[in-house]
Amino acid sequence: MTTASVPGDAPGTPTVTTGALGEPVAGGGTAAPPRAFLEVRDLKVHFPTEDGLVKAVDGLSFSLEKGKTLGIVGESGSGKSVTSLGIMGLHRVGQYGRQKTQLSGEIWLEGKELLSAAPDEVRKLRGRQTSMIFQDPLSALHPYFTIGHQIVEAYRIHHNVDKKVARKRAVEMLDRVGIPQPDQRVDSYPHEFSGGMRQRAMIAMALVNNPELLIADEPTTALDVTVQAQILDLIRDLQKEFGSAVIVITHDLGVVAELADDILVMYGGRCVERGSAEKVFYEPQHPYTWGLLGSMPRIDREQTERLIPVKGSPPSLINIPSGCAFNPRCPYADVPKGGITRTERPELREVDGNHFSACHMSPEDRERIWTEEIAPKL
Amino acid sequence: MTPRFHWGVHRATGGPRAVLTYIIRRLFAAAVMLVVIMLAVFSIFFLIPKWTGVDPATMYVGKQTDAAALEGVREKLGLADPILVQLFEFFKGILVGRDYTGGGDTYHCSAPCFGYSFKTEQAIWPILADRLPVTLGLAAGAVIIWLLIGLTAGVVSALKRGSIWDRGAMILALGGVSLPIYFTGLISLAVFSYGLGLVAHQFTPIEENFSAWFSGMILPWVTLALLFGAMYARLTRATMLEVMGEDYIRTARAKGLREGVVIRKHAMRSTMTPIITLLGVDLGALIGGAILTETTFSLPGLGQAVLKAIGERDLPLILGVTLITASAVVIANLLVDVLYGVIDPRVRLA
Amino acid sequence: MTTPEQPGTAGPATGSAGTSPSPAPGESLLRVTGLTKHFPITKGLLKRQTGAVRAVDGIDFDVRAGETLGVVGESGCGKSTMGRLITRLLEPTDGRVEFEGQDITHLGTGGMRPLRRDVQMIFQDPYSSLNPRHTVGAIVSAPFKLQGVRPEGGVKKEVQRLLEVVGLNPEHYNRYPHEFSGGQRQRIGIARALALNPKLVVADEPVSALDVSIQAQVVNLLDDLQDELGLTYVIIAHDLSVIRHVSDRIAVMYLGKIVELADRESLYRAPMHPYTKALMSAVPVPDPKRRAERDRILLKGDVPSPISPPSGCRFHTRCWKATEVCKTQAPPMLELKTGHQVACHHPENAPDQKQGDTPLPGADAAVVQKSDG
Repeated sequence: MTTASVPGDAPGTPTVTTGALGEPVAGGGTAAPPRAFLEVRDLKVHFPTEDGLVKAVDGLSFSLEKGKTLGIVGESGSGKSVTSLGIMGLHRVGQYGRQKTQLSGEIWLEGKELLSAAPDEVRKLRGRQTSMIFQDPLSALHPYFTIGHQIVEAYRIHHNVDKKVARKRAVEMLDRVGIPQPDQRVDSYPHEFSGGMRQRAMIAMALVNNPELLIADEPTTALDVTVQAQILDLIRDLQKEFGSAVIVITHDLGVVAELADDILVMYGGRCVERGSAEKVFYEPQHPYTWGLLGSMPRIDREQTERLIPVKGSPPSLINIPSGCAFNPRCPYADVPKGGITRTERPELREVDGNHFSACHMSPEDRERIWTEEIAPKL
Repeated sequence: MTPRFHWGVHRATGGPRAVLTYIIRRLFAAAVMLVVIMLAVFSIFFLIPKWTGVDPATMYVGKQTDAAALEGVREKLGLADPILVQLFEFFKGILVGRDYTGGGDTYHCSAPCFGYSFKTEQAIWPILADRLPVTLGLAAGAVIIWLLIGLTAGVVSALKRGSIWDRGAMILALGGVSLPIYFTGLISLAVFSYGLGLVAHQFTPIEENFSAWFSGMILPWVTLALLFGAMYARLTRATMLEVMGEDYIRTARAKGLREGVVIRKHAMRSTMTPIITLLGVDLGALIGGAILTETTFSLPGLGQAVLKAIGERDLPLILGVTLITASAVVIANLLVDVLYGVIDPRVRLA
Repeated sequence: MTTPEQPGTAGPATGSAGTSPSPAPGESLLRVTGLTKHFPITKGLLKRQTGAVRAVDGIDFDVRAGETLGVVGESGCGKSTMGRLITRLLEPTDGRVEFEGQDITHLGTGGMRPLRRDVQMIFQDPYSSLNPRHTVGAIVSAPFKLQGVRPEGGVKKEVQRLLEVVGLNPEHYNRYPHEFSGGQRQRIGIARALALNPKLVVADEPVSALDVSIQAQVVNLLDDLQDELGLTYVIIAHDLSVIRHVSDRIAVMYLGKIVELADRESLYRAPMHPYTKALMSAVPVPDPKRRAERDRILLKGDVPSPISPPSGCRFHTRCWKATEVCKTQAPPMLELKTGHQVACHHPENAPDQKQGDTPLPGADAAVVQKSDG
């Protein structure tokens, strides 16, 4: 149920424009290409396994403009990384002998639908238009090739230049991401770099072709705090410089608060809440988001209260509850919901301008619980 | 926290200079190893009989020989000399050759002198030098074939996991590992050579007629290669599957590389590491396999020579073969180490 | 050699039987002086020692009965090694560890056995620290068998009680670790650590492998257990937010040294060591408005190698306040405020200890001060 009268594409809210699209077309029929730079509609990624069908992502929609950062937050198994691989088209390669991953929905990138495009066409976009940084740079870089070789390779796939030119470009990129003596370090191997340097090199490689969309999957999780600050800073600066769209995938609410304009909270392969960073942090509209905020010890607050954890464990992606995936863990599962049964799946509904939540509770109940029960304890 | 050693350590492992340093270090280590082996062999054949009270001379000529001959051998070998002098003579023989003088006559043994058979009155080296190319040819051909078979079958199985290709190759591999050489050897000899007449069944030296040599070697190669190739197929398959799940393979794909390049360049390079490790071990074990193969196919190689020597208790010949095979293992391992260093930059530091 | 059952000490988990009475709350339970651990680096065939990783390089601290001491630092600072030294899973190279006044620095396996009841450890990875072939019952009851302790009512009953204490279903006694989630496995590890009713629990990154919502469950559990059982904790973690939440006092480590040791509020309100300040300002705060407001100190470069740590103050290569003296003299640990010790020549929020010293060239370029939006 929508409370706000502000339409989805509200002009005059410049700080929160990123995901400013209304609900996507249900059913996923081929609608007209969207105006947004990236738009994901009803994305489903299912893996057949011996134990059953794993519904890693089960109907996800969002959009993103260039120059903006979307933070996808969730715990392990929420489907956040699977989403990023889906956008990159990486679910469709390298499935040797395994049962094929089932993908459905639409991924529109600059007016081009990627899921129905030929795999080789999508491959040509990878690394050039879309690019990715991974969690652990030590395992994400090939141990047997020099940093320079790996960056040169990334450049030459998409640019018909000789090795010398590409090497110059690699040195330039290493310099840009803050690696000292780049003309020498370009010949180093990944194991000769520290963790922070490796992540810088990884970023240099990801940005070598000026991608329009950069996906950073837990870019700082494997790093120390002081190095994490350096890398977050670097990502922010580079985004300003290159004007790319960025998706940051993380479990750390601190990291999204540092980087993201918009936030998408995932649970059990679905989006439970989406909105501008301010809305999600200061007026969260889903009990799971409340749970995340309550679970986090805060460095910026004196903490006398206990943490408010979410009870239980995340759902199995094979047997996701038929209704709201969060229902078994929800402290407010018993709040009356006007006749809606537990088996009914809550749709993502607009709360107010550019803020969506998938919860059966009435906006009044949510408002009351948030202001009276949750917010005072945080 | 387990200690890690890579904090900003700026050691230059890149570039050809580092590889060269690494190779020189390995060469040096191999040379040291060779000397150690020779010392050990010398001790076993010369010192231990002495310490255990067995007259070494009797081991060289046999018990039934008369006392005068024994005394002659004793004198020729310098068994009365201090151990260091004997050791010096032994190494001198290998480097520049030596003369065996005593009992009124002198045998000359030119470098490299790996000993002298007093039974056959022949220097050992020429006998070995005669047979070595046959064994080396057998070994080299077999290695090439088994790597080809093993890697291809392994990669295809991994990339077509669960398919008929995969199952078929793995069943064949299991067969290859479990069937003994003389069985596969004799069967193939019977079928392809005597039965179908496709290949020669007699050995021709390579310098006489290359194609005849090649034709005669095909069955021994394949027989020996089957045994090892099967193991390599299984190892390649397992490693390949593991490597394809690595993060850096995902990175390579995320760059937009074609899947073929991802496999050939990124995945194969990592897959080679354990293969090469195993190869280092197997090159040593190969000699054992070669003896059986040579016997099965009547190839005049080292294997036959050593069997004969054992039968006749020709100690100097056994000693010579021991030295040669030990050296072969050291050299093979040197090659493997160098290859390893070229492939994996992290190894160069060790 | 185990201590036999003491007469008169009945009750469940008679773990602490056989050792001296516990010190009163606030008194020192564990005292560490000059603790050092160097891991030798050897080279070549002859294992010639060519250097050492100076993982822990002379640290002093007390752990008071009933408190939680938090130990925080980045990877390679020696915090985990320290944890293994005080539980004597590692042999110290130098220094002294006293538990309840008894010198345990060089006790052998036999000598440590009675102490193993009093000092327990919880590990980071709930996946690899539990033997997958043993049932939960076998895992949690192992300490009883090792120590030859027979709890009242039998082992099974006691194990089920422990499972209940840590919030697991006692019926799951016969299940295997793989049947549990990460958070539940960490609870099993905690139940095992609690079996013998220890006095001191050393937890090395107890929650860092867990999801946020599960992390909070385990933090709260540790909290409750401390209240109920009067436990003393040493909690080692890299996460400054977790450390702030759980600790009474906090030690900050950098390259094998404790650089600051203070009460929680004092440390977070007014950190004195520049490293502590930089560390805290680097933590991303879950508050989007704050990122525009706050000043952040971005340290440049990486932590130097503990094989050849910098001379003098180890932080001087990355410190914006470094002067000549920092290069040559290691600053002593001084209590500049009640309950607040720091090892720094030029502390923040406290009087300068070496005023007027010449700044090191380029020191102010060691950091980037940022206030961005």
